[in-house]
Amino acid sequence: MTAQALPLRAAACPGCLAVPDPETSAQAGGVVAPRITLSLPGIHCQGCISGVESALAAQPGVHSARVNLTLKRALIEAEPGTEAEPLIAALAAAGYEARELDSDLIVASGPDAAGRALMVRLAVSGFAAMNVMLLSVAVWSGAEAATRDMFHWISAAITLPAIAYAAQPFFASAWVALRAGRLNMDVPIVLAILLSLVTSVGETAMSGPHAYFDAALTLTFFLLAGRYLDHRARAAARSAARDLTALEVPRALRREEDGTETRVALADLAVGDVIRVLPGARVPVDGVVIEGASEIDRALLTGETTPMPAKAGQQLCAGELNLTGALLLRATAVGADTSLRQMTELVAMAESGRANYAPLADAAARLYAPGVHILSALAFAGWYLYSGDLRIALNIAAAVLIITCPCALGLAVPAVTTAAAGRLFRKGLLVKSATALERLAQVDTVVFDKTGTLTDGTPLPEALDSHEPETLAVAAALAGASTHPLARALAAAIAARGIAPALVSDIREHPGYGIEGTWQGKPVRLGRAEWAGAGHSGADTATWLATPAGVTAFRFQDTLREGAAELVRVLVDDGKTVVLLSGDRSEAVQQVAEQLGIDTWRAEVSPSEKAGAIESLAQAGKRVLMVGDGLNDTVALAAAHVSISPASAADAARSASDIVLLGSSLAPIAEACRISRKATARIRENFQLATLYNVVAVPLAIAGLATPLVAALAMSTSSLTVSVNALRLGPRR
Amino acid sequence: MSVLTYLIPISLTLGAVGLLGFLYTVRANQYDDPEGDSRRPLSPDWDDQPKP
Repeated sequence: MTAQALPLRAAACPGCLAVPDPETSAQAGGVVAPRITLSLPGIHCQGCISGVESALAAQPGVHSARVNLTLKRALIEAEPGTEAEPLIAALAAAGYEARELDSDLIVASGPDAAGRALMVRLAVSGFAAMNVMLLSVAVWSGAEAATRDMFHWISAAITLPAIAYAAQPFFASAWVALRAGRLNMDVPIVLAILLSLVTSVGETAMSGPHAYFDAALTLTFFLLAGRYLDHRARAAARSAARDLTALEVPRALRREEDGTETRVALADLAVGDVIRVLPGARVPVDGVVIEGASEIDRALLTGETTPMPAKAGQQLCAGELNLTGALLLRATAVGADTSLRQMTELVAMAESGRANYAPLADAAARLYAPGVHILSALAFAGWYLYSGDLRIALNIAAAVLIITCPCALGLAVPAVTTAAAGRLFRKGLLVKSATALERLAQVDTVVFDKTGTLTDGTPLPEALDSHEPETLAVAAALAGASTHPLARALAAAIAARGIAPALVSDIREHPGYGIEGTWQGKPVRLGRAEWAGAGHSGADTATWLATPAGVTAFRFQDTLREGAAELVRVLVDDGKTVVLLSGDRSEAVQQVAEQLGIDTWRAEVSPSEKAGAIESLAQAGKRVLMVGDGLNDTVALAAAHVSISPASAADAARSASDIVLLGSSLAPIAEACRISRKATARIRENFQLATLYNVVAVPLAIAGLATPLVAALAMSTSSLTVSVNALRLGPRR
Repeated sequence: MSVLTYLIPISLTLGAVGLLGFLYTVRANQYDDPEGDSRRPLSPDWDDQPKP
């Protein structure tokens, strides 16, 4: 990777730096070689960096691979035509979990332009603040007359352009708020900066002793620091969440009237079109099966683990997964009318309820912003009436605004959330929403989904040892030929026992029924109960093997996700109510609930019933944390007070949730609850510290004792106190 | 006090050099992976010969 050190081009203004110039972005855009970006949620040290880079470099077609540990990504430059799957498999073999990311999306968004712009503004204001501060030292230590005026003028020459450039985010935000007739935190900030600049320039012109250039710049610098921390924490989460958006190609195979098939975009489909759904593909639209037989995995939509047989005449929904055979569908609903999209609308409605949550920072700003203006105006009026001198009154008013200005308040929340989000990211949790931590700290009820959340969502065969090795060998041979999830799980489990597949010839798959073959001259079948000759299917998730010796049933069980038992125990010990809501069958849900010690559970719950259950909990005054992964959980995730979904979840579920779990273990959720409570406590402490400091400083300012030196000292001390307090989030473990 | 005529421009120039240096590092993507860059020196790869 030599493209890292880009030549520095002469830029007329630092702002141009924020905009990637066409030359470098073309270089980064991968015109020369296609780029593959992989997400690596598990990497954490230099050993992982070398491990991943050398594993990737050893793959054919890979020119270079570079790991970004901060974003937990690998960027690969490869020959045209190189696919991501073999690379992911190679990483899995080396022990690293990897997922492909949509490179176009990432390259298009480019490096974090907004973050860079903020960083450059921070640098400019920091540089200017340091220089003006040094010049001010001379004034504070007693420079007089012409010397003092010269220092003031030089300060003004540095401050005015620096503020005009660096404080733009505050000007813009305050302007937006004022135009909407609101007051936000930025209005008093901008007022303080502008008023102090005006009085300072005025004082300097009249050879006055006090100028607040350094205070205005330090204020800008500290506030930009808070803004930058805030942005960085959120940008990291946002980009990673965007990264997780799986690459599902939104295309479908349409059968034309002349019998040929064309690949078309989903948007071009119309009701009545005939669509072919290949095995292993998702059903693109709602429709009725007109030809073919297969089995359908509805786990993502309903949470059911047992595949459902599909044959002509059956209604299918968009988002379901076709397992064994090709199907021909006649579309009954496309685009926005599909059941999948209607779910999205329900989500939007559920989310509007959550918008009522007022973050702590806003609550503070609502109290603070008017208070500051009133105090400053009162100080101005009082001094004007008392002394009759407009200049003194204006100076005092500016001093009050500057002293009360929320350096500490501006840092109070972002410093804590940055520290907490960083801590959680190391634990494998991505905080997507800014207020998620505050909301998580209030949770008293936790609702879990079963399939894919508390369990892995992949079935494992039970009690294989009770079967004859010969039976297992035949089963392995048949199962190995199928892509059906049960068959694959069976084949893998038998292979793990070291049993080689038997010699079975003439293997054919009967879509929707099972696999047939010839073993020792006699037919053998693996598949559905009726087809294999078992007569009844029963309630269990199972597959049946028919050999000349008789019919054997292989029953399957969904395994618990790593850390699930531990998490439930910690939550219950914490005094939280734990509830299990699942769309799966009653027996399966009961089994998991008993294994985990969850007393309250409901099975066969529809998506809207899930959301309803959460709303009724909320109406009973409970603060609900929803943990779920399926499309059927999406509405519930959005309706809950705060929500978490694993990285393996459906896109919609991930985007509806506030926190994404990157690893496969559930255990970090308990840690998240603990950290969120600590973080909220720190935020409150920070507000108390900032208030305490104002209680001491404001009377001084109103009394006219706040010289620029006092203002500079007070501002730095309060900002430092708040930042240091934010770092006390408990020991790193 | 006439020494100030030299000292002030010199101090401002030095500060500006620092600022420009920082802008260069921003532009050269040196803040894209602070976590990884801080750990790369610990890796034993390419200790014997430079990366080709």
